[in-house]
Amino acid sequence: MKSTDIISRLPYTDPFLFVDEITAVSKDKIEGNYLFKRTHDFYSGHFKNLPVTPGVILAECMAQIGVVSLGIYLLDIEQTVVEPLQIAMTSSHVDFLLPVYPGEKVFVRSVKQYFRFNKLKCHVTMTNAEEKVLCRGEISGMILKP
Amino acid sequence: MTNQDIIAKIKTIVTPYTQRREGLLEFNESTNFLNDLEINSANLVDVVLDVEDEFDIEIDNNSMEGMMTVGDARDIILKKLNT
Repeated sequence: MKSTDIISRLPYTDPFLFVDEITAVSKDKIEGNYLFKRTHDFYSGHFKNLPVTPGVILAECMAQIGVVSLGIYLLDIEQTVVEPLQIAMTSSHVDFLLPVYPGEKVFVRSVKQYFRFNKLKCHVTMTNAEEKVLCRGEISGMILKP
Repeated sequence: MTNQDIIAKIKTIVTPYTQRREGLLEFNESTNFLNDLEINSANLVDVVLDVEDEFDIEIDNNSMEGMMTVGDARDIILKKLNT
């Protein structure tokens, strides 16, 4: 499965798609990136006169690349993709180390812990262009059966 | 391994995932993971993976779907241990 196919199958769209590119994917890990555009609406309110990317948005970006995109790839291998894809984030434990400002490009790497019983758990790390760790943690998601 | 041994081990496994602590006080084979212990389906997956490690067995999707109570889990464990 090509990385552009993964992105086109993500169940998100603007203004809530936080994946630009998937640069590597295998059964056990995935890498991708995203540029936080200065035009995002949330910068006008987070914070007043001091735009910083909200932690929840960073965690969402980590989940979209590190868990959902990898999950779509794994489901494609198993040939069990169900459309429309119904998924839910079930837990996230993320430590935030450095702020991400408008216009920054971030790089997400995720390593699968397990994919069993429709639950995918991953260890996800987000770094900047200098390879400094911005945030990292464990994120899990599940595929919901109709 | 006796019935009681298995149930005691299940109790140890589920304790960190249990949201409703009162459910642990009257823990027995009719204890329901969702209703009595308030363990959600995502954490139930972790319970099953811990059960696999503890008893050195593999639990398949069908067994997982039928695992609603402590008694169900014990029956699945016993069946796997004896095959």
